[in-house]
Amino acid sequence: MAMVEQTVQIVSNERDTDLYFRLVVLAPQIAPLVKPGQFAHVRILPLKHVLLRRPFSIFQVSGERLSILYKTVGQGTEVLSRMQPGEELSMIGPLGHGFAVPESGGEIPLLVAGGYGMAALYLLAQRSSQKGIAFVGGRRRVDILCEEEFRALGWEVRVTTEDGSHGEKGVVTQALAAELRPSKPGRKLFACGPTAMLKAVGQLAAEFDLPAELSLDEHMGCGMGVCLTCVVPIKTGDGWDYQRTCTEGPVFDSRLIAWEAAQ
Amino acid sequence: MNLAVKIGALTLQNPVTVASGTFGYGVEYSQLVDLNQLGAVVVKGIRLGPVRGNPTPRTVEVTSGLINAIGLQGPGVDGFIRKYWPFLKVLKVPTIINIWGTTVEEYAEVARRFDALGGVGALELNVSCPNIKEGGAQFGTDVKLLSQVVAACRKATKLPLITKMSPNLVSIAPYAQAAETAGSDALSIMNSFPAMAIDIETRRPRLANVTGGLTGPCIRPIAIKLVWEAAKAVKIPIIGMGGIQTASDAIEFLLAGATAVAVGTANFYEPQTGLQVIGGLREYMQENRIEDIRELIGGVQTGK
Repeated sequence: MAMVEQTVQIVSNERDTDLYFRLVVLAPQIAPLVKPGQFAHVRILPLKHVLLRRPFSIFQVSGERLSILYKTVGQGTEVLSRMQPGEELSMIGPLGHGFAVPESGGEIPLLVAGGYGMAALYLLAQRSSQKGIAFVGGRRRVDILCEEEFRALGWEVRVTTEDGSHGEKGVVTQALAAELRPSKPGRKLFACGPTAMLKAVGQLAAEFDLPAELSLDEHMGCGMGVCLTCVVPIKTGDGWDYQRTCTEGPVFDSRLIAWEAAQ
Repeated sequence: MNLAVKIGALTLQNPVTVASGTFGYGVEYSQLVDLNQLGAVVVKGIRLGPVRGNPTPRTVEVTSGLINAIGLQGPGVDGFIRKYWPFLKVLKVPTIINIWGTTVEEYAEVARRFDALGGVGALELNVSCPNIKEGGAQFGTDVKLLSQVVAACRKATKLPLITKMSPNLVSIAPYAQAAETAGSDALSIMNSFPAMAIDIETRRPRLANVTGGLTGPCIRPIAIKLVWEAAKAVKIPIIGMGGIQTASDAIEFLLAGATAVAVGTANFYEPQTGLQVIGGLREYMQENRIEDIRELIGGVQTGK
């Protein structure tokens, strides 16, 4: 897999809703290489005593630019959110093994996202020859991101919020389950979001005997397969092994994830 | 200008290597880093069979550092030879293989296997990993066991042997001397320092293994002191490591008495660090009219 390390310049870095921000950078060497579901590993240069890079799903790509949709969750993303256009970041990317893009005549894709998990699915929706339904969930209205951008791609979008402030009240996997019943073949699930949501999507996939690709959001170190921080238990011939979310993943076939072994 | 140094019978084209466990098996970084510019590639610790490693979370960031408890996940000797050796053996720079075991016999057997492989640059004996229950640090913190492991490996191979020292010692001198006497050609100083972090919300340790090993810039002063003490106690060369991010950091280790250095945790956030350090060493030598890097070794002035 081709990857590049380069200094990228911030084009814009603006608040989307609440704690979510959209970062656009000029990354001429990385942007053209990006495949759906891959990530960029970003060194936030003003941070001096927080050492590690931060991994972000690549949201959109346009020519020499790529964008990231992130939530401020800690020191790294706090500092990132205060950075201005013209400032620089160090970026390694594109990294990881992404989604298998649906081909025309193949299975109908059903996307399932929780919060900023939506960002990891945008390129997949854009490059998929087969349009389907995007299920988007969040706690509140502000947690529903880039809904209109998915509609603009010609996808049907079904929104759920836990507080009922937007779309249907409930969790995203309830809306998905309703769609999957009555059971019919020829559909495939693609999901990105919190681990609890991914597990629920995996269970629904098993229940309805559908293939599912899950993009895992694990704590990462080097992002390049060296430090072995981001490992997850993956079934092998006669048991399971730890595989790297950054390298063999972040996208895994849900049938191969041995969630129970991680306990 | 000479940057070459010797570690036992092994010549390094420059004194900058990488720390075991921070550079995978070389291949992972090969698209971003010209490995042939390094002094040597040092691979992650290998024992006889494959190792699954510890549960997650395995690492936690702290101020200017990282605590890890990976648990030496690895492919074992056969897996390593199959998956990684074809790539490493054609590099122009030597590969140093970090080895470990749970018994003295296992260390010796792994040493024998790599001796028989041919083309290995040197073996680094990991007697100081804090994150495994058996093996590792127990061999590095008991002078008698340390001597036995080094002596058994010395018998098993003619390859240069580098003993990777634990920092968790009252005094490093007797351990350094024990490794030297038992036939070690060099010392790597230091491994990670035992450490722990707690999440005050959940009151749970941050690592599944509860404790781990601290690395990164925050440990550099500890490593400098250990290198300085060991250098006074032994004649064999020392590879200094602990928090190196820049050429200045590397020079500090050389002045303390190290013959070579290894870049560790910095590889995780800046894979080019090793090459940047080499470039910086050249600049420093030019500016200070130093013809031979070896002039710096042990150059610290502690007298009045």
